[in-house]
Amino acid sequence: MPSIISVANLSKTYASGFQALNNVSLDIRRGEIFALLGPNGAGKTTLISVICGIVNPSAGSVTVDGHDIARDYRAARSLIGLVPQELTTDAFESVWNTVSFSRGLFGKPSNPAHIEKVLKELSLWDKKDNKIMTLSGGMKRRVLIAKALSHEPRVLFLDEPTAGVDVELRQAMWQVVRELRDSGVTVILTTHYIDEAEEMADRIGVINKGEIILVEEKAALMHKLGRKQLALHLHKRLEVVPAELAPHRLELTHDGTELIYTYDTQGERTGITTLLKDLSAAGIAFKDLQTKQSSLEDIFVSLVKR
Amino acid sequence: MNLHAIRAIYIFEMSRTWRTLLQSVVSPVISTSLYFVVFGAAIGSRIPEIEGVSYGSFIVPGLVMLSLLTQSIANASFGIYFPKFTGTIYELLSAPISYFEIVLGYVGAAATKSIILGLIILATAGLFVPLHIAHPFLMLTFLVLTSVTFSLLGFIIGIWADGFEKLQVVPLLIVTPLTFLGGSFYSINMLPPFWQTVTLFNPVVYLVSGFRWAFYEVADVSLGVSVGMTLLFLTACMAAIWYIFKTGYRLKN
Repeated sequence: MPSIISVANLSKTYASGFQALNNVSLDIRRGEIFALLGPNGAGKTTLISVICGIVNPSAGSVTVDGHDIARDYRAARSLIGLVPQELTTDAFESVWNTVSFSRGLFGKPSNPAHIEKVLKELSLWDKKDNKIMTLSGGMKRRVLIAKALSHEPRVLFLDEPTAGVDVELRQAMWQVVRELRDSGVTVILTTHYIDEAEEMADRIGVINKGEIILVEEKAALMHKLGRKQLALHLHKRLEVVPAELAPHRLELTHDGTELIYTYDTQGERTGITTLLKDLSAAGIAFKDLQTKQSSLEDIFVSLVKR
Repeated sequence: MNLHAIRAIYIFEMSRTWRTLLQSVVSPVISTSLYFVVFGAAIGSRIPEIEGVSYGSFIVPGLVMLSLLTQSIANASFGIYFPKFTGTIYELLSAPISYFEIVLGYVGAAATKSIILGLIILATAGLFVPLHIAHPFLMLTFLVLTSVTFSLLGFIIGIWADGFEKLQVVPLLIVTPLTFLGGSFYSINMLPPFWQTVTLFNPVVYLVSGFRWAFYEVADVSLGVSVGMTLLFLTACMAAIWYIFKTGYRLKN
């Protein structure tokens, strides 16, 4: 799949001397949902800010659909919509006016039908004449999304889109993002909520201390780095794991009713067959079993702690 | 050129004026009316004519200029500072719009407000003192030039300021004193020679003098020097704004 955004050797050092990005190279594929994960201060927002033109890079280059963000900034920026992390709104303006303003700012002629469509999709239509200051936090977040969508962008950046948003609204936002992707919009989201990335992303990038430490297909990442666990629910509780089962490195739960076997999904042999034979030989019977895969959160934590 | 963006900024800024009509228009008009009541009618009636012009009429250009300078700076500085303060500046910086277009939108709106206000104050003055405008076109030219120049200065202040106090420092501590000492209420020829020389370092002198000449053909410095100094100040402001956007000063770093 061709790239819609290409970041090459991008670095940013702020006037304070803090290096937020260090030689970052990254390609975002057209039409995908890309989740950028990283702890606080990892450089996620700076990376987005540079791509969108809000922050000047110290070195490196960025192109959006082939347009250099510095030399051909008009073409590059007109393709991008940005939903910032903070709830930054024009408190005294009405929803309709602020969304219409955004469309004009991005060089698009007035199109009330499109604004109406966006507001309806985001359940803001009945609030169109309300001042933004009267809206709840979740609604303000939706206004920011409406502003970003007002000029029909081909690339949408969502910087922590569901921070402070209740579960119901979060689900609704995920649905909007999926529909955008289905319509061909490329979505790049940063998030602290691993489940959000796990639920929505096609690919995952992990950034830490200003460096991209991994970019991978979500499924492949979970397959490659994910560990699986086999939980065996025992018929009779055990006090300790029998010595003859020591090679399997089993964990016994504190109540002694469950044995946990951890194995690598990438290994040629998982060792499950041998384990089951050894359990039978040791006279240990189980009444049920289940497997569990590591979550993206487990993978993320293990990556940034390396 | 991104005309839609310029229009969007301009309309957005102008709509703020209508939302804050009391603060934007009514308040300066009342302040100026008070000046006319005190200096024009009460005290002015006891002051002799200056170069053949009654004192009440003489101070009209100065008072209009005082409002023009303070309002141009206030409008433009607040216009660009408020998005910085609230964080909505991100949208401006990420939009496909050139620096020139941003300035055109904000400064255009700020200057428009000042010009409207200047004309309202002029009309208000006409209620208190007899008005005579010898060169209306030149008067309008000075009105526009001054509004644009000081709106540019206000824009610079709005970008430089990192707090509401700084936003007020330049208008209150520099521009207002310079306007009061720049011949708004007197001819600098009334000052001792030393202070006349010192006053010539005050750029507002040239604005007030040129503006007053357009009314009464009475000036402290020649018209050419007034126009030249105004254009010089305009150029200096444009150069400062060019530097700000070129370097991203207080915007992109």
